[in-house]
Amino acid sequence: MNKNLEESMSLAKPNAQDLTVSQKTAVFIGVLGLFIFVLALFNVSFPNRGLTISVALGSIFIGVFIFSNAAYLNTSKGIKNDGVWFKSISSRGVLGWAIGIILTLFYIVLYFYPQYLGLASKGASNTGLIALFDPLSLLLSGRPASQWFVYGTLYTLAILVFGYKFILKYRHNRYQQLRTVSVMFFQLGFAFLIPEFMARLNESPHYNLPYYDLKSMWPLNYYLFDGWSINGFLSSGTLGLALLIFGVLSVFVVSPILTYKYGKRWYCSWVCGCGALAETAGDSFRQLSSKKLSAWKLERWLIHTVLVFSVIMTISVIYTYLGSDPDKFWLTRSAFLLSIGILLTSVFAVVMLFKRQELGKDARYGAIGYFIIIAALFIMHYTGTTDKIFLIKSSSLRSAYGLYIGSIFSGVVGTGFYPILGNRVWCRFGCPMAAILGFQQRLFSKFRITTNGGQCISCGNCSTYCEMGIDVRVYAQKGENIVRSSCVGCGVCSAVCPRGVLKLENRNLKNRINSRDILLGNDVDLIDLIKR
Amino acid sequence: MDHVVIIGNGISGVTAARYIRKLSNKQITIISAESDYFFSRTALMYVYMGHMKFEHTQPYENWFWKKNKIDLVNGFVKTIDTDHKTLVFENGNTLNYDKLIIATGSKPNKFGWPGQDLNGVLGMYNKQDLENLEKLAPNNKLCKRAVIIGGGLIGIELAEMLSSRQIPVTFLVRESSFWNGVLPEGESTMINEHIKSHHIDLRLSSNLKEIISDENGRVKSIIIKETGEEIPCNLVGLTAGVSPNIEFITSSKIETNRGVLVNRYLETNIPDVYAIGDCAEQREAIGNRKPIEAVWYTGRMMGEVIAQTICRNKMTYNPGHWFNSAKFFDIEYQTYGWVFAKPKENHAHFHWKHADNTKCITIEYNTITHEFIGINTFGIRMRHETFDTWLTEKRTIDFVINHLSDANFDPEFYKRFENDILATYKNQLQNV
Ligand SMILES: Cc1cc2nc3c(=O)[nH]c(=O)nc-3n(C[C@H](O)[C@H](O)[C@H](O)COP(=O)(O)OP(=O)(O)OC[C@H]3O[C@@H](n4cnc5c(N)ncnc54)[C@H](O)[C@@H]3O)c2cc1C
Ligand code: SF4
Ligand code: SF4
Repeated sequence: MNKNLEESMSLAKPNAQDLTVSQKTAVFIGVLGLFIFVLALFNVSFPNRGLTISVALGSIFIGVFIFSNAAYLNTSKGIKNDGVWFKSISSRGVLGWAIGIILTLFYIVLYFYPQYLGLASKGASNTGLIALFDPLSLLLSGRPASQWFVYGTLYTLAILVFGYKFILKYRHNRYQQLRTVSVMFFQLGFAFLIPEFMARLNESPHYNLPYYDLKSMWPLNYYLFDGWSINGFLSSGTLGLALLIFGVLSVFVVSPILTYKYGKRWYCSWVCGCGALAETAGDSFRQLSSKKLSAWKLERWLIHTVLVFSVIMTISVIYTYLGSDPDKFWLTRSAFLLSIGILLTSVFAVVMLFKRQELGKDARYGAIGYFIIIAALFIMHYTGTTDKIFLIKSSSLRSAYGLYIGSIFSGVVGTGFYPILGNRVWCRFGCPMAAILGFQQRLFSKFRITTNGGQCISCGNCSTYCEMGIDVRVYAQKGENIVRSSCVGCGVCSAVCPRGVLKLENRNLKNRINSRDILLGNDVDLIDLIKR
Repeated sequence: MDHVVIIGNGISGVTAARYIRKLSNKQITIISAESDYFFSRTALMYVYMGHMKFEHTQPYENWFWKKNKIDLVNGFVKTIDTDHKTLVFENGNTLNYDKLIIATGSKPNKFGWPGQDLNGVLGMYNKQDLENLEKLAPNNKLCKRAVIIGGGLIGIELAEMLSSRQIPVTFLVRESSFWNGVLPEGESTMINEHIKSHHIDLRLSSNLKEIISDENGRVKSIIIKETGEEIPCNLVGLTAGVSPNIEFITSSKIETNRGVLVNRYLETNIPDVYAIGDCAEQREAIGNRKPIEAVWYTGRMMGEVIAQTICRNKMTYNPGHWFNSAKFFDIEYQTYGWVFAKPKENHAHFHWKHADNTKCITIEYNTITHEFIGINTFGIRMRHETFDTWLTEKRTIDFVINHLSDANFDPEFYKRFENDILATYKNQLQNV
């Protein structure tokens, strides 16, 4: 095969990728903002931190704002993917790798060496980059900044500015615009501002609220049921209790109802913070996800393993937290294990009874996971008072999960590798929340992507731009609806399809999964013949 | 065991192979001189525009063929010896078949224009054309202007491709309005405007007189027949339609006209030799369809049918209701049933256009029975299945207009136009 065609297609540089003057100016302004952060990192002290941080954040804002306007406002409304595979940043070129490495390093420092960012040791005051953020943190929560505050601010900023860019890019598509406004809102309000204000409440002795992002559900929010977290809620009066109940209800009631009606997209593409970053700042990398069958296999093993891990970890953490005396607290260890066992068994039974024929390959993972968890419950129950599961202390299990899954997988790999593996690496291969929602989406939901009769021309735009690595075309060219547990319902496949073949819909359950052998358009008798 | 040999690895040949594999254990070989693996021809434009890499245009991963025991041969068939059931390749190799399916597709039309074979002149059909285009027009420094001859679906795609790299394009269209042999006037006019809004220099009612060469045998300019105007350019795209790619067959005993002649069973005059896809010509046209249908869907449908016949379930090619689709820059187009450029006898058109000039529909219907004949829709996606059902049930235009929302296929939260369309419809009826 022609090497050039494979690599970048072009001997001479296709000039569609050149930046306009205003875009260059915009890049300059934006980089200026970042440069202030770099200076701060190297402990350059700024006379007025409040002003400096405003200038830095402001110029990033303005930079991306001008850049996006220049990129999209003067063009016609429509799909804007020209040159995606020629641009270094979006085709794993030098720029892509450079950004990937910088991001990865940033995450490593953030999680493991926050002192390099200037985090104060006990009693001292912050220095460097973190100190630069002190004025903003003091303004919001009254506390000095931490590395998490810096991260949260930059994270929110990225979602807001690149969300704006995304909205302009999809000026013709209201589905894209609305869901982007939605994730911007939830990130700014629920993940960023409300927790900071909740921290204000903690100034009063009656409150001891843990950091709680209301939209972040267990098991994504794996620390929700940690001892310190539960203690915090329980020692914060009615509000604390209400929040804890909300946390439990959102997992077991709100989420199943919404997922039944709308599919997992209500969360992954409309609410979730990880999804928000992936869809906005990560939008330029969605085409990099692997569509290979082998990647799909890896995905199913990995994500379900993480789910089982997180369930066992959480059970053992709660188990360790609980006591055995029913007089002290109604929920004892045995009662807890028993109820979990019943819950899991009933889910398992319902699936096996009613959905067996729809399961296919996924059944194996479900069954294996189920048995591992049930075995864990038994072992915990019969080994009695110990806090060990499979000979591992629950606290070690918890910290291993926090380190390997919470930090390395979701942060370092999940975001750091955006420019290499695509923007939903974490959502696709690791997120236990996505696994649960996906399981339900596959089996108990009205959501599907309908394919439009025989209109597909197998062009491959849909598959290329599916960030979850779903080979959408495989279904579309067979006229089969797409009912995949991993689909986050971003709607981009539908947007980029040049023939109007794909529609995200919530319709009744009948004929939702419609594998057929002959497409619409041919002889009716032949279609009947094959259907038989 | 039967050996089924298929010449051509396009949609029709590959569909045939896949269905034969589903239905039988026969030995299957697909031959192509163009590419090792099946790719989607319709997606070539997106490779040049940088939306996709070439590998993304391949609908099946490379292991697929081996796993399904479909042999692939890269080679050019020079002659077909039907007496000995043997194919002779350009390099002298031979291959025997028990059943032969000819699925060789099309080639771009050339009408004997002076200079049509110069360096810098190309069609836009196969992978090699794409590679040439990449060499000749990588950017607007090396290609200062391109001229496209022929206003059809491929011509407008080429215009979009070139303008994605900011190469100025002059678009010569023989007709007085874009594609108005197929599109009714309102739609055709709307597309004219849309083309111009993308900074394409659209020249209607303009024919090519000749292509002028520079001293190195490269394109220097073209001359327009009507005005004599000379337009300097570095690239000329010939997109004045396609015709069956069957030159190598004409020397064989297989009967050909413009294409390989087939009956409704897709059989040629020679037993065990069949033809499908772009290269096949029906001896008698089916309904309103043309004898040669050079579209993706019909190639696929013929592939589905021929597989049945070859696997001992002899079947006629009996396509259902006509449908098609395309995209004109940012405007998507779909059609279901028949809408003719000028309404047929006893037919009339209902036309609705949105004020923003990017959305419209045209419905053709029978003025006596009010039967719904077909719809063209621009900028609004419609549901294939719904229209297919309505056509089968022979619904009236009133029914269709009143139930249009059932057929809407736009993404969620899109603005809907059914009420507006209904109001326009009622209005027009009152004025009649
Ligand atoms: C740019 C472009 C865009 C298009 N867009 C659309 C669209 O949007 N919708 C639509 O419906 N249709 C579209 N079409 C038309 C559609 O692609 C064709 O109708 C379809 O590809 C025909 O398929 P086929 O299998 O009959 O032939 P082809 O796809 O042409 O395949 C024939 C193959 O046979 C090979 N071959 C020919 N002769 C020999 C030989 N002697 N030896 C070995 N190999 C040989 C050729 O090299 C070729 O690979 C488009 C076409 C083009 C060029
Ligand atoms: S299948 Fe479509 S909607 Fe689902 S994740 Fe992929 S691109 Fe998004
Ligand atoms: S569904 Fe649309 S985007 Fe996907 S292959 Fe088919 S025509 Fe192309």
